[in-house]
Amino acid sequence: MSTATIKKIKKALTGNEAGAEAMRQIDPDVAAVFPITPQTELMHAFAAFVADGKVGTELVTVESEHSAMSATVGAAAAGARAMTATSANGLALMWEIVNICSAMRLPVVMPVINRAISGPLNIHCDHSDMMGSRDTGWIQIFSENSQEEYDNIIQAVRIAENPNVLLPVMVGSDGFIISHALETVEIYEDAEVKEFVGEYTPDRTLLNTGKPMTYGPLDLQDYYMEHKMAEHNAIHNAGKVILEIGKEFGKKFGTEYGFFDTYKMEDAEYAIICIGSTAGTTRVVVDKMRAEGKKVGLIKIRVFRPFPFKELAEAVKNLKGLAVLDRADTFGGRGGPLYIEMKSALSDVKEKPVTRNFIYGLGGRDINTTDIETIYNQIEETVKTGKGAESFSYFGVRGDV
Amino acid sequence: MSLKSWNEVPLGGVILEAGNAKEYKTGDWRSQRPVVDKEKCINCLTCFIFCPDSAIKVENGIMIGYDYDFCKGCGICANECPKKCITMKPEADFR
Repeated sequence: MSTATIKKIKKALTGNEAGAEAMRQIDPDVAAVFPITPQTELMHAFAAFVADGKVGTELVTVESEHSAMSATVGAAAAGARAMTATSANGLALMWEIVNICSAMRLPVVMPVINRAISGPLNIHCDHSDMMGSRDTGWIQIFSENSQEEYDNIIQAVRIAENPNVLLPVMVGSDGFIISHALETVEIYEDAEVKEFVGEYTPDRTLLNTGKPMTYGPLDLQDYYMEHKMAEHNAIHNAGKVILEIGKEFGKKFGTEYGFFDTYKMEDAEYAIICIGSTAGTTRVVVDKMRAEGKKVGLIKIRVFRPFPFKELAEAVKNLKGLAVLDRADTFGGRGGPLYIEMKSALSDVKEKPVTRNFIYGLGGRDINTTDIETIYNQIEETVKTGKGAESFSYFGVRGDV
Repeated sequence: MSLKSWNEVPLGGVILEAGNAKEYKTGDWRSQRPVVDKEKCINCLTCFIFCPDSAIKVENGIMIGYDYDFCKGCGICANECPKKCITMKPEADFR
């Protein structure tokens, strides 16, 4: 499939180490670091690269995530290629500056090691952290495994810095499930990654005293909406750039990336759509059920913002039933965040599948192959009986749902 | 100054020139306008000293009036004037 002849080095790495490896090769000018489980190891590993002189990065050890994002924004405004990383409550504490970062159109890249937002206090995987910041104007990309985390972080730099985009990007990877699991990851040669990422030459920098300018001034009734409209357009147009860079990446390194990935969808009647590591579990179940003659398929979301609603509506419109798996709730909305988007995407389609939302795996609760098979069977049952159609509820919780 | 549309504004709300705050007429914020009665004014310049916006115009030691482009109508001058010869009047009266 691939025409790439690039040399790949197989390494046994945790997701966090793979993220740090990507950062080492990107060699950002500035990285602001603050520990939070399960992200801590990523910056820990990266800090070791700094200490060992393997990168030229200015490592700023800050006193909170609010400061981490502030330092990153300051560095990016000054013209640096700036990165930070966080998880859950860290992202929540950053929230104020997260919005300012995208509004200032700074191409920051931030790995987010997805973890449940407290409370109750929990350190394990779900997507409530990134879903809580889905409307902050950041591009959001999710990874299924360490390889994708590594590949996505490298691509994120190019996407963010593209002159037609100039928006920050978060790259999500499931906490512990990816971040702390040892996997084989194919690392590309430093020179090849550096060539792909390229030099960062910003058009504007705060430190250019020859051309003084003001970042972050007051913006009232007369101009706020114009700036927001520009941001709105930029993120919607970013889709094109994400696809171009995904293609270019595939040409160079062998794996092409799009908005989402499909598995055995060609003739599928029932499908699961999900985000993150659960896709890996689902693929195993698809193979098993396919061997038994069941026409099941999988769609794995990679890009959540901008949400590829047209492409997804096209991908699912011929199904009989679609189970939407959400690892986050919207508490009062019509199901999980992915379900709401899918319902909205399908509103443009005349013939549409029966859908059902399963909110699962909150706070790291296990989802295994038997669970996934149950969900496939439930969506088939829903299509046949109509029971549970267009409903949203929890899966894998004690008590009646 | 004509307002730019969304695809003309610099990205990210950045202001590309230095020192253009003076183009921003903060006098637009004023709801009360100070008016001086020069018959009673003794040119003590107390108003000039207190004005937080440097909006009191002075020429050769004589208070000659206001720079209404920047006077926000705070009323400090009227309050401090020892001769009480500054009156705050509704801005609407001047439209």
